[in-house]
Amino acid sequence: MRRAEQGAQDGGKLVGRSVPRREDPRLLTGRGRFVDDVALPGMLHAQFVRSTVAHGELTGVDLSAVRAVPGVVAAFTADDLGMADITALLDRPRTEFVPTAMPVLARDRVRFVGEPVAIVVARTAYAAEDGVEAARVGYTVRPPVTGEDAALADGAPLVHDEAVRNTLVDVELFATDGIDGIFAAADHVVRVESRTGRQNALPLETRGAVAAWDDREEQLVLHTCTQIPHQVRTVAARCLGLAERAVRVVVPDMGGGFGLKCVVGREEIAAAAAALRLRRPVKWIEDRKDALTASFLAREQHYTARAAFDADGRILALDADVVCDMGAYSCYPFTAGIEPLMAAAEMPSVYTVPAYRVRGRAVTTNKAPSAPYRGVSRPQYVMVVERLFERAARELDLDPVEIRRRNLITDFPYTGVNGLTYDPGSYRESLDLCERTLRAEGWYERQRTARAEGRHLGIGYACFSERTGYGTAAFAQRKMAVVPGFDLSEVRMDPGGTVTVTTGTMSHGQSHETTMAQIVADRLGLDLARVKLHQGDTDRIAYGWGTFASRSIAVGGSAVRLAAGRLGDKLRALAAARWDVPVEETALGRGAVVRRGDPATAIGYPELAELAYLRADLLPKGTEPGLTATAGFDVFTDGTFSNATHGAVVELHGDTGRVEILRYVCVEDCGVAINPQVVEGQCRGGIAQGIAGALFEQVTYDALGEPSATSFMDYKVPTAHEIPDVAIHHLETPCALTETGAKGAGEGGTIGAPAAVLNAVNDALRPTGAELDSTPVTPETVHRALHPRHYEESTR
Amino acid sequence: MTTPPPSADAAPGAAPPTGCELQLMVLDVNGEQHEVITEPRRTLVDVLRHDLRLTGTHVGCEHGICGACTVLLDGRPVRSCLMFAAQAEGAALRTVESLAPDGAPTEGPEEGPEAGAQAPPAPGDRLSDLQQAFRAHHALQCGFCTPGFLMLAEGFLAERPDPDEAEIREVVAANLCRCTGYQPLVAAIAQCAAARRAARENRSAQRKEL
Repeated sequence: MRRAEQGAQDGGKLVGRSVPRREDPRLLTGRGRFVDDVALPGMLHAQFVRSTVAHGELTGVDLSAVRAVPGVVAAFTADDLGMADITALLDRPRTEFVPTAMPVLARDRVRFVGEPVAIVVARTAYAAEDGVEAARVGYTVRPPVTGEDAALADGAPLVHDEAVRNTLVDVELFATDGIDGIFAAADHVVRVESRTGRQNALPLETRGAVAAWDDREEQLVLHTCTQIPHQVRTVAARCLGLAERAVRVVVPDMGGGFGLKCVVGREEIAAAAAALRLRRPVKWIEDRKDALTASFLAREQHYTARAAFDADGRILALDADVVCDMGAYSCYPFTAGIEPLMAAAEMPSVYTVPAYRVRGRAVTTNKAPSAPYRGVSRPQYVMVVERLFERAARELDLDPVEIRRRNLITDFPYTGVNGLTYDPGSYRESLDLCERTLRAEGWYERQRTARAEGRHLGIGYACFSERTGYGTAAFAQRKMAVVPGFDLSEVRMDPGGTVTVTTGTMSHGQSHETTMAQIVADRLGLDLARVKLHQGDTDRIAYGWGTFASRSIAVGGSAVRLAAGRLGDKLRALAAARWDVPVEETALGRGAVVRRGDPATAIGYPELAELAYLRADLLPKGTEPGLTATAGFDVFTDGTFSNATHGAVVELHGDTGRVEILRYVCVEDCGVAINPQVVEGQCRGGIAQGIAGALFEQVTYDALGEPSATSFMDYKVPTAHEIPDVAIHHLETPCALTETGAKGAGEGGTIGAPAAVLNAVNDALRPTGAELDSTPVTPETVHRALHPRHYEESTR
Repeated sequence: MTTPPPSADAAPGAAPPTGCELQLMVLDVNGEQHEVITEPRRTLVDVLRHDLRLTGTHVGCEHGICGACTVLLDGRPVRSCLMFAAQAEGAALRTVESLAPDGAPTEGPEEGPEAGAQAPPAPGDRLSDLQQAFRAHHALQCGFCTPGFLMLAEGFLAERPDPDEAEIREVVAANLCRCTGYQPLVAAIAQCAAARRAARENRSAQRKEL
């Protein structure tokens, strides 16, 4: 009811429409400003001396030859700069969480190939690279830990001496009483063991920073491409011993992030320290090799799961052991718990699972550390759960869509065995529409024909939800020592009647300059061009938690709308004073405050703004001057769940093992879509990244802990050849928890795609009897599955 | 235009930064002659971005795979990270900054509910047909790969004015985009090609009438 009234008040003119993006003109004409476009007078350039061994003690870092290289201005070790460590914490007992510190530069120990050991500052980026090559670093090599199995093995070398069995996080979040009895008595028990490859989120713009001390403001200005400007400010201030006020983080245009940039990097802090020491601006731009080997990775997980079903295919219990290889360090602010805690909390997915037990662990290894990556654990657990259902369907000889129908949550709100309350969604409707679409397009007939011809064509589905709008309550459940969740906005009208909006979120491709402006323009009845969004500047924005976890429109957009409404209240109060009527007799109209019941009587915003600022003497005594309003927004429940069903059709090519995606259908529901074209863009891009994980991308390490993927020659990022067109259908279950009715839409594509593709591959393999549960599904894997005899003979 | 702005990388008037010999080179970029004094080892993309401050061209991998640095060299798309600037002497270079026509914005004011209020358009919103097609199809999100795709498509359409969709997809597969899933890029280029074809046919029909 409340929503309907507000909708009428908004006029519904811009929200829900695919208006062209505000960001586009500058980005299309080369006038965007990315961090590497920032150039300051006297600016120096930094590069890092990095560890060449996976695990060892530093016995000496000799930079004397570095300093003699022409163009090099300075070179610093950890001891030279004396920065405090970056330490991310959970409020959990030592049995569940072992805190570990990440030094900004390695001090006495190196834990992965690529770990920064020293910073070289030179007059050009080329000279800085020359300097790096002249460094001499001595190591006492320790045996590396290069996998999750090895990390947990008896007598394994320790990556952090304080982390017994290399375990940083170990939680049993849920254990339904009597679950073992349920499995013992069940008609059917199916199992899945699944491993997922280590991936790089791979924003096309690598990380980077430009740091400079501003004497007039007595402030370090740190330009950096981060999704979390205020949290970078906190860490920079702590590491460098500055007041928070004395650090200003400015985020220019960002060339993607996908989670990799929602953690604090060591290099941006080291560059800032060098800038403070030298009192000259210092720029650091990561090269692609460092981005692939020494930034943050994600996704490497190992699931051992089983599910019990009754004779009708209804799930009775889910039991899973999840081990996440988090690499060498805990990322700030999320810690190494980011992946196991997400998986353990949400694995029951979209199904009515009555009994649940889960153990989630984070192990540390001698690999580049893990950060959140779009979807965070959900691509993996959704894949595992969907594989369990597919396997159960086969065992019970049920249609794979039918078994899902029997188990999907349909009565909302639904409180699951994991304690989470799921707000209304269209779980069943999205599955039905997805299946109907593929049937109507004739894919099932084509599959029959293909099979008759000996070709391998498969159809696969994935049903899932995506928790978005995590407020502080949801993050507090995770027991983070710093608890994200709320957001702030200020909406300001200037004397000319145009509006400036701030948000604590940080768009890096998500089009917030457009969508947030749509929300504000509708709330106030303004043209889009009269609203300008500001983000990514810790001096301009009071506070914010940045952009991750598909939170920006759900949480940030709600704060923006609330603040706009409060500005509207002020405008109405001004008009009421002018007319000498109670404020209740006024309303917001198109670019004006109007008299209720007499829409012809109106005062335009420019006139009210002029009154407020330039003729405040005319206002009644006691009127608060200015036209500024602020609002904060938080979600005090478990959050809101977007949902979708993906359907994929694949053909396996027997000669090469290639998986060709013939058709991809996505039926998604993210509540009210502020800008449907933007939502579709998020779906398509997310699906492309999900397919990348399902079929192509993987960072592997050899026995010495050397990363194998050091360039795009070894890390296969899919192109337009591999990524299919995606048909998108929208359903809309408006969200009651957010001010706009919107749910988050940033990650769903990535969450569903691996499961849909893997299920389709398995459907295609069905005549062979082979089943695959791990990703990436490489051509070799497929070829082996299609031609087992060939491989048996060749190994004989 | 003769003297470029001082290199952002080198302190003006200082000695050679690295001990390398410096070289004077003349580059023809977007129809302007630029004299650059720099090291011979400096790549074309670095000179464009940091010496000439044409920062629209981006660097994504520095090994010729991602294509974010694609510019036109004598009309053909090249990876400017794989060339030394010195190798581009004598050639006509075009970067993304040259695509939009000069002059006042062509796009009308943004739509909205305000009755009669004319909001001032943002400066610099004039876009070429290709750029407009990218915008209409949401063929860019973060915008980092966009200049490379624009120059790739511009060079391709000049060479193949009448491509089919498979050919467009083949060309789009030359560069990497992490945001869009490529489908909108293919659609935008196809739409631009169709519009140009229609304009050509219209022109030739008019000539016949004359």
